[in-house]
Amino acid sequence: MGAILKKELRSYFTSPIGYVYIAVYLAISGFVFSMFTVQQASSGEDASVGTYFTVLMFVYSILVPLLTMRIFADEKKQGTEQLLLTSRVPIWSMVLAKFVAAYIMFASTFLISLLDYYVLFKYGKPQPGVLFGYAVGVLLLGAAFVAIGVFISSLTENQIIAAVGTIAVLLLMLCVNFFNQYIDISWIRVVCNWLSIYSRFGNFTYGVFDFNALLYYASICFVFLFLTVRVYQRRRYQ
Amino acid sequence: MIEIKNLVKRFGDKLVLSNVSFTVGDNEIVGFLGPNGAGKSTTLNIVTGYLSATEGTAVIEGCDILEDPQNARAHIGFLPEIPPLYPDMTVAEYLSFIYDLKGTTLNREKHLEEIAEVTRIADVGQRLIGNLSKGYKQRVGIAQALVGNPKVIILDEPTVGLDPRQIIEIRNLVRMLGRDHTVIFSSHILSEVQAVSDRIVIINKGQIVADEKTEEISRVVDGRRRFTFSICGPQKEIYAALKQIPGVTYVEALAGHELDSTQFVVESQTDVRKAVFGILAANDWPLIGVEAMGVNLEEIFISLVDKPDGKQAGRRITTPKANA
Repeated sequence: MGAILKKELRSYFTSPIGYVYIAVYLAISGFVFSMFTVQQASSGEDASVGTYFTVLMFVYSILVPLLTMRIFADEKKQGTEQLLLTSRVPIWSMVLAKFVAAYIMFASTFLISLLDYYVLFKYGKPQPGVLFGYAVGVLLLGAAFVAIGVFISSLTENQIIAAVGTIAVLLLMLCVNFFNQYIDISWIRVVCNWLSIYSRFGNFTYGVFDFNALLYYASICFVFLFLTVRVYQRRRYQ
Repeated sequence: MIEIKNLVKRFGDKLVLSNVSFTVGDNEIVGFLGPNGAGKSTTLNIVTGYLSATEGTAVIEGCDILEDPQNARAHIGFLPEIPPLYPDMTVAEYLSFIYDLKGTTLNREKHLEEIAEVTRIADVGQRLIGNLSKGYKQRVGIAQALVGNPKVIILDEPTVGLDPRQIIEIRNLVRMLGRDHTVIFSSHILSEVQAVSDRIVIINKGQIVADEKTEEISRVVDGRRRFTFSICGPQKEIYAALKQIPGVTYVEALAGHELDSTQFVVESQTDVRKAVFGILAANDWPLIGVEAMGVNLEEIFISLVDKPDGKQAGRRITTPKANA
């Protein structure tokens, strides 16, 4: 597993993808943070980070697919998945290594962007508990996003299809509860609420650690990584 | 040692392999021959654990590939039909990755140097794989199969797309590997298999149609003898006389080349040269040339793979293996 993890991390920096992801994310994150948080704080208004993190979720739904689109699609296209699948590394270990590599990229870039908090503390009086809650929420949400991207990448050998497919699914899962106001049928509303990644984020924004949300995001990760393993097992046993 | 027993593979309703069985002994080089789409790659993919079999077993060095895949794969070095290379890695980085992937415990530097030496890629160690020629890529693909010094080496069409010089180099490499490894070497190029293999297994339409030692395959497959006689004289009469010789099964008159001669191709169950000479001498028909024509591997191959479906299973030929 270590060999695949190392190779994946390395591959982000032997192609432009890793640099593009970090640069674009930090630029957008810094801009949004400045617009919706720092400027308000410096003008004496409430330094709420709510808008910043809401915008960030949609930014992630566009940028996370950059990290996951090639993860399996490229192996398939280059024929290197045969190398991995005939090695001693079990399928679940291969899937986990690729997931962890993409998640390390996601999490480490996010943690770098937390340096912005320093500015906020300098010019305003934010609540540390709330900020911490948001940060934990983003790290959990990111894991779910990455798992979904990894799964979709395993379905195709075309990186573009993997990326567009992931963006579509992530946006749908983010926006699904917004449709609720237009739906009268209660069970559909329940399903939409259950599917909604966004609605689970709520308690973190109050600085409350929501164990149910943790379970929800962990379940999303487990289900999509399990499905990825099944994709490869099914291909072997087809 | 590799033991393949009754492999059956279906893709949906399509039967791709039907009761494929053969054994490869220690340090034996087996050429796995068949036309495109015959089931070579499917068989090798099952043996290496990339695909599962619908029925049957593949046992590598005593480990079943389905029941004990981790240990079975530890004994295999596999070069798939498309070399599994990462174009953004240098050759050295790639081999180092394979070393880690296989969990090799040999001395990293020394082991990888030896492999680079054997496969003659030491001079491109620091070059990106994506920038290498087809021949070098193929050699890097073989090099990754050798990492960890596995007992069994499986090479799926290793010479496809190479120039003649590169093909000879790969053949020599395979021959050398056969000294210490059990090798399966698949190809649809007959002369290649003949040049490197101790034994040839021919597959067609998912069935094994021949399994013989290389030097014996032509004798076992086809006991016919074939000669070309260049004879001066009346064509029709000579033709009739040749047909009457006991054992002759086929005569064909071709255009002559010199001295108003006619070339006759004669196929027979026995050596009929003395009988032909006697008849020609008795009739005063000068014989100006004789050529014994062997039945080559191409003809054997075509004769086996062109058989109608129903006759294939019964056509299978095999004799006991020395080391099976």
